[in-house]
Amino acid sequence: MTDLVIIGGGPAGMGAAVAAYESGIRDILILERDEHLGGILQQCIHNGFGLHRFGEELTGPEYAWKYEQQIKEYQIPVKYKTMVLSLSPEKEITASNAEEGIFTIRAKAVVLAMGCRERPRGALNIPGTRPVGIYSAGTAQKLVNRKGYLPGKEVVILGSGDIGLIMARRMTLEGAHVRAVCELLPYSGGLARNIAQCLDDFGIPLKLSHTVVQIHGKERLTGVTIAKTDEKRRPIPGTGEYVPCDTLLLSVGLIPENELTLQAGIPTDPVTGGAVVNQDRQTEIPGIFSCGNVLHVHDLVDFVSLEAEIAGKSAAAYIRGQLVRECSIPVFTDDKIRYAVPQKITRLEDTTLYFRVGSRYRNVKFRVMGTGNGEHSRNVYEELYSVKKYRAAPGEMETIKIKKELLSGISELKLILEETPT
Amino acid sequence: MTETSLTCIICPMGCPITVRLEGDSVIKITGNTCKRGAAYAESEVCRPVRTLTTTMRCEDGQMLSVKTRQPIPRQHLADCMRLINAHTVPLPVSVGDVLLKDVFGSDIVATENKSALAAAGALPMGLIH
Repeated sequence: MTDLVIIGGGPAGMGAAVAAYESGIRDILILERDEHLGGILQQCIHNGFGLHRFGEELTGPEYAWKYEQQIKEYQIPVKYKTMVLSLSPEKEITASNAEEGIFTIRAKAVVLAMGCRERPRGALNIPGTRPVGIYSAGTAQKLVNRKGYLPGKEVVILGSGDIGLIMARRMTLEGAHVRAVCELLPYSGGLARNIAQCLDDFGIPLKLSHTVVQIHGKERLTGVTIAKTDEKRRPIPGTGEYVPCDTLLLSVGLIPENELTLQAGIPTDPVTGGAVVNQDRQTEIPGIFSCGNVLHVHDLVDFVSLEAEIAGKSAAAYIRGQLVRECSIPVFTDDKIRYAVPQKITRLEDTTLYFRVGSRYRNVKFRVMGTGNGEHSRNVYEELYSVKKYRAAPGEMETIKIKKELLSGISELKLILEETPT
Repeated sequence: MTETSLTCIICPMGCPITVRLEGDSVIKITGNTCKRGAAYAESEVCRPVRTLTTTMRCEDGQMLSVKTRQPIPRQHLADCMRLINAHTVPLPVSVGDVLLKDVFGSDIVATENKSALAAAGALPMGLIH
């Protein structure tokens, strides 16, 4: 029996391992399917990581190295090139690697830190042929940054999230010509600074309200047809424009990788795609925790580390039998807020909610509403706390901290967005 | 008097900043929410600089992630890339090791550790460089 098994050695898994060790747990094992720690950070060679966490601007590999050093110093064992095949609700893990074949490990606690994967072409239903030259942006990033191959010379990028923007710059620096970045929505989901330093610096056009409607080419991609989209995100007939290119990069969303979570019968949130958790990042199965992009997709690795620290500390407390449950307050959101994590509060303490809005807003008020017993009447939501924000966008995760005192006597919480007149 | 609008790239907030110029001198900076934003805006209108992050080929064919230790003039990014891509890195390398000295005002440093592959020539040479 192992005290704590962590599935995944990226920023979430490393952060959880370090936090659990620092909380006094010594019997820890990390299972990692790649041959090194760090996960996706290893191919994110650009800078901008760690401003919150370390107060300095680091590249992805440098950020990973900070945690790797701690894992080494604490001598936390890692099984590399090891794929976890199944997880049972009793916390029995079946995994395989070349040396040990198929083996099982029983754990007192498990941290799920499997990260996320990219949405592929198949999920978009773009009509056309199936030639060589269509890559997800992350695959292209790995080819360029880790393997030293340039996937193509004339490039169109679909999706203006941060990965798409970063790859537009990276391909340009390595000598490719990025003809355009197309975005289905009327605004970019990426950070404003990435539009400035990845597109504007190199004169790469950002085509908002545009999508790819046709793929051309038999063996190799020869071009794409792009078209304008209406307010319902549908291509407008007659606006098609042929763009010759040999490469199409897709940066069209990330999906938490929760096969093991589902297999273990852990309830998931249909919006985040990750497990339903409480403030300890504990799932509905006691002793199984979840953190990082497998729980919900983050914009900044700094917040992944923060969440991993919570999961690691909580797992340590669980192993010692010290994880207290005092209440069960579900957290709901209105239709302007897509989701909030945690979805449940089970202890009366200061709690931070992480959430995402569904659209772009100016001058908003986030209101934490509560209904309950005692002084709070049932079925009537009263405002417990509110925060004003100048702007909010789907691409930027929001946080709101709720004081312990506000939670007593509450049976349900609801987070709502109110647009305030300018 | 002229006004220039720009987006701050110092942190993920991306503040929209307006710089008012009288000839070559900065009169007023508005829109920034911190001191570093003001410094960025001033540098951006006078002498824009960027930190370059890229890869360098190692002697055994592996790729090493590298960066300019300080930001370099934006106009020299392409020249800097050519210079970096014209060199190979002897192994092993540790984070922070200087690989090229004083390139457009900055050293090129490694941002990861790397040792030689066990089997020499296990990786084919790629299409880049």
